[in-house]
Amino acid sequence: MNIFNFDEQQIPLDEWIQTFVDWLVANYRDIFQIIKAPIEWSLNGLEWLFATLPPWVVILLFAVAAWRFAGKRVTLFTLLTFLLIGYLGLWEDTMTTLSMVICSVVFCAVAGIPLGIMAGRSDRFEMILRPFLDAMQTTPAFVYLVPVVMLFSIGTVSGILATIVFALPPIIRLTSLGIRQVHPELVEAALAFGATNWQVLRKVQFPLAMPSIMAGLNQTIMMALSMVVIAALIGAGGLGNPVVQGLNTLEIGMATVGGLAIVLLAMVLDRITQGIGKK
Amino acid sequence: MDVTPKIAIKNLFKIFGPQPKKARTLLEQGLSKEEIFELTETTIGVQNASFEIYAGEIFVIMGLSGSGKSTIVRMLNRLIEPTSGQVFVDNEEITSMNRGQLVQMRRKKMSMVFQSFALMPHMSVLQNAAFGLEMDGIDRKTREERALKALEQVGLEAWAESMPAELSGGMQQRVGLARGLATDPEVLLMDEAFSALDPLIRTEMQDELLRLQARQKRTIVFISHDLDEAMRIGDRIAIMEGGRVVQVGTPEEILQNPADDYVRAFFRGVDPTNILTAGDIALDSQVTIVIADGKSPRAALQRLIKNDRDYGYVVDSERHFKGIVSTDSLREVIERPEVDQTIPNAYLPGAKPAFSGDYMQDILPQVASHPWPLAILDDDGKYLGAISKNLFLRTLHRSEQVENGTLEGPATK
Ligand SMILES: Nc1ncnc2c1ncn2[C@@H]1O[C@H](COP(=O)(O)OP(=O)(O)OP(=O)(O)O)[C@@H](O)[C@H]1O
Ligand SMILES: [Mg+2]
Repeated sequence: MNIFNFDEQQIPLDEWIQTFVDWLVANYRDIFQIIKAPIEWSLNGLEWLFATLPPWVVILLFAVAAWRFAGKRVTLFTLLTFLLIGYLGLWEDTMTTLSMVICSVVFCAVAGIPLGIMAGRSDRFEMILRPFLDAMQTTPAFVYLVPVVMLFSIGTVSGILATIVFALPPIIRLTSLGIRQVHPELVEAALAFGATNWQVLRKVQFPLAMPSIMAGLNQTIMMALSMVVIAALIGAGGLGNPVVQGLNTLEIGMATVGGLAIVLLAMVLDRITQGIGKK
Repeated sequence: MDVTPKIAIKNLFKIFGPQPKKARTLLEQGLSKEEIFELTETTIGVQNASFEIYAGEIFVIMGLSGSGKSTIVRMLNRLIEPTSGQVFVDNEEITSMNRGQLVQMRRKKMSMVFQSFALMPHMSVLQNAAFGLEMDGIDRKTREERALKALEQVGLEAWAESMPAELSGGMQQRVGLARGLATDPEVLLMDEAFSALDPLIRTEMQDELLRLQARQKRTIVFISHDLDEAMRIGDRIAIMEGGRVVQVGTPEEILQNPADDYVRAFFRGVDPTNILTAGDIALDSQVTIVIADGKSPRAALQRLIKNDRDYGYVVDSERHFKGIVSTDSLREVIERPEVDQTIPNAYLPGAKPAFSGDYMQDILPQVASHPWPLAILDDDGKYLGAISKNLFLRTLHRSEQVENGTLEGPATK
């Protein structure tokens, strides 16, 4: 038998996966619907907040943050961006996108920072984690969109889940890197003065890794924003909508305006969070 | 010095790498550290080290780079876990402590100063000095008071609110020292604490350490690869080579009786007259004449002639030094009228004694300028012995042999 006869002998991996996902959906869909709940609540809360706050309050909040952390020029840029978004008629979509981005980033931080700390302190854990992170960052979103929709139904929550999958790795990686960059002598000194492992983490490693963790958070925000359009494909609202609609109906102007708003919003969030990281 | 040791280490081993058991067996078969590394990629960090450190002394561990100094000092507080062997502090076995006991021991009893300072860059000078107390859960007010006191001891109280990066190297290490002192430990471990400082600052820091030590005696384990430093501050020195402790003793003992060529090579280029004192080399081989029992110059002369000596060292019944007489001066006194025939009249003018703590360098002019051996007294003025030109030269000659030894000398930076 010729083991290189690829035409006759094939591994039916695709079928297995198909079967597995079908089986999951058939038997465990309810459980996945429960997992959905915390995300749904957080998102609804945020959306309600941004919908209720009058635009001038939102603009003021962002302007103050920009002023506080990033200086005059960023403040001016922030003001102009939000005014432009308002005049382009994209205010509501922008608020939806902001809620989604904030929601996914919060979940990424809550899961990612502890995972990053563990990876930073244990070579073995880092080794196990790394292929998963690689897969999360490189698997085309379209591949997991379908199973996500099958398990969690169409809508904003599925959009957020897909976003989390994609945006989680940088904060884990950069938290781990930050912990690893702390000089071993400092850890040794802390131990020599009777620090427990927890004290080493809290008093030495974590504060010194903070700039790196903030850089990770910034990356995670950027990546979350880059998922806005893809999330719109599975029914999440927000700024991805005009882009997707524009593409579907060949209304180039509409698509471009949506894209412009995403880019401007990304720049505002990037400058402000970078400013926080430097403080 | 205390009889019970403050710190005792017994048969301590540290073997780094993948095959510690095999390395141990090979070591017992007599293979060298290098051969073992070739065979097993396993490094012998410390092998079979045993010694004792007494309370209140500055114990210096010396050796070339890679000889295991840092490893041995880190096994004292178990920053490095020994492969085998025991460490005792105050008769408590450190090596059998559990995590919690160990943490308590590090907080209360033993602190450390590092070559690279290892100050926390995100904390102020005051917070750094208070670090050990903070780990111990002492409230902010108390710990900052104590930290400030420690900073005062090293003269840095004015810099309490600065960040470490704003300070010079010497000042940073003062903060490191203050951090070590703030917890008021009985034992201070210093791993090449002054090696990163330039020579002038280094000497200044050594003086600072000696000053602090004079005020409050702690047991200090000081790592150094600088012989001058070791001689300057060490009460006793241990010399390490390739993970072994080859010799332990006072600087004088080691200088006079180096255990092997390695130790000898270490002392190459050291000027012994700076290190050896009169007390180290004086010999009690001269004739002493006790004045109290009313000995006459005649009897004294008899004694000198009988012992075939030209000079006699006159002491009282408690061995307090009185003067030196010679056969010539005694004969001259015997010629005099009866009343003047006393031993004090025969004292050689200019025969001043020296003291046991004087360095060889300091007594050289006196040894050289008189024909008689120089009398050496202890601090109470009692006669210890004498140093002849011959003896002085012999001592120099012996250390010259050390200097001309065939071994490549260690780099003393
Ligand atoms: N973590 C480690 N893993 C493997 N080998 C080590 C480790 N730490 C030390 N060694 C080896 O153990 C030996 C002793 O090292 P140590 O650091 O104690 O030397 P040292 O006398 O302090 O030298 P230096 O003057 O350079 O500081 C060296 O051969 C070193 O390479
Ligand atoms: Mg070292």
